[in-house]
Amino acid sequence: MDLSFTETQDMLRDTLARFLADTYDFETRKKMLTRPEGRDPGIWKALATDLGILSAPFAEEHGGMGGGAIENMIVMEELGKVIAIEPYLQTAVIGGNALKYAGGAHAEALIPQIIGGDAIFAFAYAEPKGRYDLARIETTARKDGAGYVLNGHKAVVYAAPWATHLLVTARTGGSGADRDGVELFLVDAKAAGVTRRDYPTVDGFMASEVYFENVAVGGDALLPGGLDLIERLVDDATMAVCAEGLGAGRRHHELTLAYTKERKQFGQPIGKFQALQFRLADMMVEVEQIESMVLMGTLKLDLPAAERKAAVSLAKAKVARSLRFIGQNATQTHGGIGITMELAAAHYFKRTTMIEGQFGSADHHLGRYEALTLPA
Amino acid sequence: MDLEFSPEEIAFRDEVRAFIAESYPQELRGKQDEGDDLTKEDFLSWHRVLAKKGWIAPAWPVEYGGPGWTATQRYIWSEETARADCIRIMPFGITMVGPVIYTFGTAEQKARFLPRILSGEDWWCQGYSEPGAGSDLASLRTRAVLTDDGQHYIVNGQKTWTTMAQHADWGFFLVRTNPDAKQQEGISFLLIDMKTPGITVRPIITLGGEHEVNEVFLEDVKVPVGNRIHEENKGWTCAKFLLAHERAGIAGVAASKRGIEKIRDIAMTEMDGDKPLLADPFYRRKVAELEMDLTALEFTELRTLANEAAGKDAGAAANVLKIKGSEIQQRITELVLEAAGHYGAPYFRGFGEGDNEHPIGPEWANRAAPSYYNMRKTTIYGGSNEVQRNIIAKMVLGL
Repeated sequence: MDLSFTETQDMLRDTLARFLADTYDFETRKKMLTRPEGRDPGIWKALATDLGILSAPFAEEHGGMGGGAIENMIVMEELGKVIAIEPYLQTAVIGGNALKYAGGAHAEALIPQIIGGDAIFAFAYAEPKGRYDLARIETTARKDGAGYVLNGHKAVVYAAPWATHLLVTARTGGSGADRDGVELFLVDAKAAGVTRRDYPTVDGFMASEVYFENVAVGGDALLPGGLDLIERLVDDATMAVCAEGLGAGRRHHELTLAYTKERKQFGQPIGKFQALQFRLADMMVEVEQIESMVLMGTLKLDLPAAERKAAVSLAKAKVARSLRFIGQNATQTHGGIGITMELAAAHYFKRTTMIEGQFGSADHHLGRYEALTLPA
Repeated sequence: MDLEFSPEEIAFRDEVRAFIAESYPQELRGKQDEGDDLTKEDFLSWHRVLAKKGWIAPAWPVEYGGPGWTATQRYIWSEETARADCIRIMPFGITMVGPVIYTFGTAEQKARFLPRILSGEDWWCQGYSEPGAGSDLASLRTRAVLTDDGQHYIVNGQKTWTTMAQHADWGFFLVRTNPDAKQQEGISFLLIDMKTPGITVRPIITLGGEHEVNEVFLEDVKVPVGNRIHEENKGWTCAKFLLAHERAGIAGVAASKRGIEKIRDIAMTEMDGDKPLLADPFYRRKVAELEMDLTALEFTELRTLANEAAGKDAGAAANVLKIKGSEIQQRITELVLEAAGHYGAPYFRGFGEGDNEHPIGPEWANRAAPSYYNMRKTTIYGGSNEVQRNIIAKMVLGL
């Protein structure tokens, strides 16, 4: 057993942290939110070409640095610290992993494009009536000669307005929440029949409702693996978003702590009051537990499916609960200013609240854990 | 990073398993380590086996008799002993005063006390809390005055919550040697032979009916100056060092994992209507939440060990382990008591060996309520959880 980072991993973290400290201050981020595209594409390009960050989780044969889930954890944690509005989760983690697991021509063609900052992915898996059940989907992929034709409506697809490629879950057979017949497709975002309704999200991203109307794709658009593959991708993504939650939650706590040292009421800094000292201590305890769960879940991603799912669900449930505790208490501690757009900490609250539900709420994941590990 | 044990670590685990299977005392098998059910001899029988093997003090440096294990080996050791339901090793000598002596003691003190701690010849107790000094430990008033010839201290005062003092040969005491200095700067750390005239030990019976803790009265107790560890008025340094050590071990991860396994067994055999209790959605959710929080605790401990090994600052780790570990220990007893239903109520002291009557209700249920009552202590002792939060706020957060 060894829980230490390698020197390369430490360097990756330091490089990225320095870059983000220089480029992602609160005011800069606020300006991005007012741009029509909702982000500054130059930053993504810089992450790719100046820093080589996007190569971190890829194999050397594809031009990567030879990393994987640990590298994604590091990058996501650092992005979380500045609540970055970058499609790393969708592109490098979900897109990258889908290509890695698929291998072959797709991987050879597209991983270098991700590394170069040219390909951006979005993951169209959720549907209006599906909640967190990955199999409860109505989008269909009808076999048509050598290829497929997609029809359906995908909900709240983060990063879709920026995407060059979509990963889409659809049914080739079965119905309701059947496991069989659920497949993953790689679709060009500009393919004929794909339309979007774009909108900003409460946490600073852009997302879309994506509609597929007789979208014809080739046979090789189906990435083989069915629901097993999709569950694996979502578990990888869940741990990545937990790592983002660690970075955001830790910084949120730090910002709140700093505020209790500056803000004076009753003639002294409010951090002198024991009620607030205990609150800040309890928030710290939650941050530590998030870090433990991020490590635990990430290190168990390669275990057999049942063990992996149980570990990821425990991690996500705990991270969601802890982020809610940190977010609500941080807001309360700031008082009135905490519920304004002026305050940086408030934007952390907005993002961490969305992380709670991303890829399944605490209740959803406790339920999945119970079904997997408790008999009866 | 790698969670897997290396081949060497797996070999070590197998060696530990085989050793326990072969050497754990026959007479202890099946005995539960709860309350005051175990005798002094019970505790010593396992202690002596480990002393002989050289495994009694996993965390001690090799030069003082430790086995030279890595952090991972120590983790494996605690996992395996919990898995096999081995009884505890009393912490007062091995985990508490031993490290203080090898860290702050003179060569003579080390030679005199450490081998007897390892062998189990001396049973130790901890004289810290006083009726007026609980969470505010530094306000303690037990007074030690140097005799005119400078050879002895005369100690007067009262200690309380002294665990297992009824068995103790020796005690380590915090005493006030300078009443005029700032509180923390007037305290010394004394080792006192419990047979010294003037010491009286009186039992305190706790909620579960157990005799674990005591009051210790000291009346003109004469203690040689050579029994003082570290300099005069530097006792608080030893006390803080010891508390930090105590907290790290206080998480009780391995034992709590075993506790949850037992809850799963109980909740599968206890029927609620035609279904096992574990099928009840509310009970089931509480078990899942407990496992979730224990997993977070376990990985917090593993991270702490890794940071220690890398020489990194532990930050709030010891306090987090104390707070969450103690809460989890209590929640385990809550779930056992809830599982017991009606049979949580019957109360039998000393029921068991030599008794011809059958217990009332399931055997495990007999201890459910006493354990629940007893374990309220975990969030109080070792620095109450409120004190832990004070420490995080002041020492880690700088508030």
